[in-house]
Amino acid sequence: MSVQTIRSVFSVETGYRLSDDQIVNHFPNHYELTRKDLMVKNIKRYRKELEKEGSPLAEKDENGKYLYLDFVPVTYMLPADYNLFVEEFRKSPSSTWIMKPCGKAQGKGIFLINKLSQIKKWSRDSKTSSFVSQSTKEAYVISLYINNPLLIGGRKFDLRLYVLVSTYRPLRCYMYKLGFCRFCTVKYTPSTSELDNMFVHLTNVAIQKHGEDYNHIHGGKWTVNNLRLYLESTRGKEVTSKLFDEIHWIIVQSLKAVAPVMNNDKHCFECYGYDIIIDDRLKPWLIEVNASPSLTSSTANDRILKYNLINDTLNIAVPNGEIPDCKWNKSPPKEVLGNYEILYDEELAQGDGADRELRSRPGQSLGPRGGRSRDSGRTVLTTWK
Amino acid sequence: MLQEESDLSLIIAQIVQKLKGSNLYAQLERQAWASLQRPEIKLESLKEDIKEFFKISGWEKKLQNAVYSELSVFPLPSHPAAPPEHLKEPLVYMRKAQGSWEKRILKSLNSMCTELSIPLARKRPVGEQKELLNKWNEMGTDEPDLSLFRPVYAPKDFLEVLINLRNPNYENGDSLSFRTHLGLIQVPLKVKDIPELKEFFVELGLTTGQLGIDDSTQVPPELFENEHVRIGQKVLAEQDSAAAQQYVRQGSPTALRAELWALILNISSQPEDILYYEQLKTNVIQHDLLVDSLIYKDVKLTASNDDYYFVFEDYLYQVLLCFSRDTSVLGHFAYSSASPPKSYIRGKLGLEEYAVFYPPNGVIPFHGFSMYVAPLCFLYHEPSKLYQIFREMYVRFFFRLHSISSHPSGIVSLCLLFETLLQTYLPQLFYHLREIGAQPLRISFKWMVRAFSGYLATDQLLLLWDRILGYNTLEILAGKILAAAVFAFRAVNLMEVTSLAAAEAVLADLSTLKVMPLLQIFLFATVT
Repeated sequence: MSVQTIRSVFSVETGYRLSDDQIVNHFPNHYELTRKDLMVKNIKRYRKELEKEGSPLAEKDENGKYLYLDFVPVTYMLPADYNLFVEEFRKSPSSTWIMKPCGKAQGKGIFLINKLSQIKKWSRDSKTSSFVSQSTKEAYVISLYINNPLLIGGRKFDLRLYVLVSTYRPLRCYMYKLGFCRFCTVKYTPSTSELDNMFVHLTNVAIQKHGEDYNHIHGGKWTVNNLRLYLESTRGKEVTSKLFDEIHWIIVQSLKAVAPVMNNDKHCFECYGYDIIIDDRLKPWLIEVNASPSLTSSTANDRILKYNLINDTLNIAVPNGEIPDCKWNKSPPKEVLGNYEILYDEELAQGDGADRELRSRPGQSLGPRGGRSRDSGRTVLTTWK
Repeated sequence: MLQEESDLSLIIAQIVQKLKGSNLYAQLERQAWASLQRPEIKLESLKEDIKEFFKISGWEKKLQNAVYSELSVFPLPSHPAAPPEHLKEPLVYMRKAQGSWEKRILKSLNSMCTELSIPLARKRPVGEQKELLNKWNEMGTDEPDLSLFRPVYAPKDFLEVLINLRNPNYENGDSLSFRTHLGLIQVPLKVKDIPELKEFFVELGLTTGQLGIDDSTQVPPELFENEHVRIGQKVLAEQDSAAAQQYVRQGSPTALRAELWALILNISSQPEDILYYEQLKTNVIQHDLLVDSLIYKDVKLTASNDDYYFVFEDYLYQVLLCFSRDTSVLGHFAYSSASPPKSYIRGKLGLEEYAVFYPPNGVIPFHGFSMYVAPLCFLYHEPSKLYQIFREMYVRFFFRLHSISSHPSGIVSLCLLFETLLQTYLPQLFYHLREIGAQPLRISFKWMVRAFSGYLATDQLLLLWDRILGYNTLEILAGKILAAAVFAFRAVNLMEVTSLAAAEAVLADLSTLKVMPLLQIFLFATVT
């Protein structure tokens, strides 16, 4: 079901009620996670809450940056936070920022700026907007651009990972083992002259495939396993494992952030496409979450991957291929997981089985903490209880 | 005894001669002079004290590594009166075959040159030089018109030449007897059989731990993997080439592999090496060679389309273009059966004084050549180190895969070994394939020539190349054994096929194969 249909299915006006044997592939208010502005809002709220509770997760360092929860680049909503943004911009005037329309996908409407004049239109009291009413101005988010991405072969890439959520309360999510990296076809350069060149900066396949050097055989895609091999060989095993653990951590935290506001309708499951960028200090950043990740394929390998993805997703969401009953406990047996692995299972984490989830072999079975620092490990489990 | 001793001293003398010219010698000398300042060095026992100092400070180890590295390419001992050609290749008919093959390649290159009226080499105008320098890191995006270029030859052309090799002294008559070779290779060379292989590759046995098998998810790491990693770290700390070589026979952990290989190949990035690479780079900028276009074309045809290696396209250019200008590579022709092709300055054809080696490193690339470099990009991302590793791998191993010689690691022996193994242990399959016109060698030849690069998944390929380095021989790779093992593995499917194309299809996709289990099963678990 597409997001538009979901909107009408769950809208109050239609009065449509899903019966017990109907399962749909979106949560009613998935946009809390998948719209760029709402995602940032929810994560900011989540961090503040943890800070208020005094949770060790919300610990900050001497510069006021969150130690464990700083995984989204500094972001502001426009036009609402325009003045806050200007203040931040003036602190580091040589920085680059990226403007993204809130509700669009496939890299549409995205551009980079490094001067305030370039976004005059969004200034709240701008005179030029007099003939454009405030309400029709599209909402944008502006984030600090990560201009030091990890480069392989001199090219920028990002990670696309698939995460299946079967229920938010208790949180049960699975990560697909076969994610991939999307490479730009053009060498990366942070030089200001190339800020307009989308082929350098945006990794969306929808954009890259129009580039001159786009290759249809490999589609500019690498498997996550290749990335792992490359990083382990050139950087060492510890930092690579730490990187992957951090990525899992980010995903779980983002889901926990929206869990309280999500309408945990028992008829729903959802498969998200997470976009993550790694910077040259091997720190992962969450860029966005997509509710309808592209299921079309650009290469032969891609087609096999997406086919298996759909197959495994349905196996978990709808057990045994029978007519579903939405009252079931949503705990699929291990055999049907296919290429998915359990990323986080709140029920298990709260039970005694919690410690057993913590395997010493990173990347294999993903426990709720991965390989995180030991002190926050134990105490966090107790606060979640 | 006496003969052995005198052989040994001859070898020692030759190695010393070679090392005297090297940078290591100069460094040792400097260190020795500097050590005179130290309190423990006394005049009376000068020699012993300096030796002791070298031992403690690790310089002795470096010297050991250098000697070890020389030994690994040292030609087999031969009669002192043998002419230099014999050192390259003892069998006359092989030499002749290699000679005529080289003539053919050169002719093809020259004719391409005249057809397209492009000079073999020309100096670049200053503007072009500047442009190339700017684009040095992204040569992949510069797309010159390559449609008229063709690779000089492809592996299958080479295979045809090998098939037609005949030993003129070996007459087996027209009638089919048990001595006739059923396979494509008709040359009587001695190759190892399975019992000999088992002995040689004893570390791959079923009872020894291996990376590639015993590090899979079902096996707890305490059993083998952790200990193996610990030993690996110790080997690296000791900086001992020979130990490293022994160690990687059981596979190398991914995090340690780059360093281990550098240790085995005795590569350390000294400032001189980086300078040398920069010098080569300058050569590339200043002159344009016809071979460059061949390299471009090859990379575009092979690595750029490969799922694993497309990311490293630009590194490949940086390495290969420099490689073709590196005259130090000419050194390997002393122990290779090949000779570098010669070319003449325009207008002076035939006059020896105006002959130059073309390309400067004497190696004409063929279709798929760039795949030798590609897997190394996963390990080294610094161009000059990547370059050195590749160069060393080439002059130790890869050159044997495309020259005709009787060396046990040479491609001819590899093919023969493959066919013999297959015939001996899978006779039904072999016969069946032969009947349908799908000689197994035709399919596996390309795997072997490329050292399986581009055919296996990268992590498996690296495990395989671990063993090549460990045993200092290509016998394992190319396949012979591996190729034979692959055939054995897919034997059931292959028995059913009825055409060469179908056989090719069954064997087309090797990317899911796990190398080590295959090797072990074939070598050690087959019922003979």
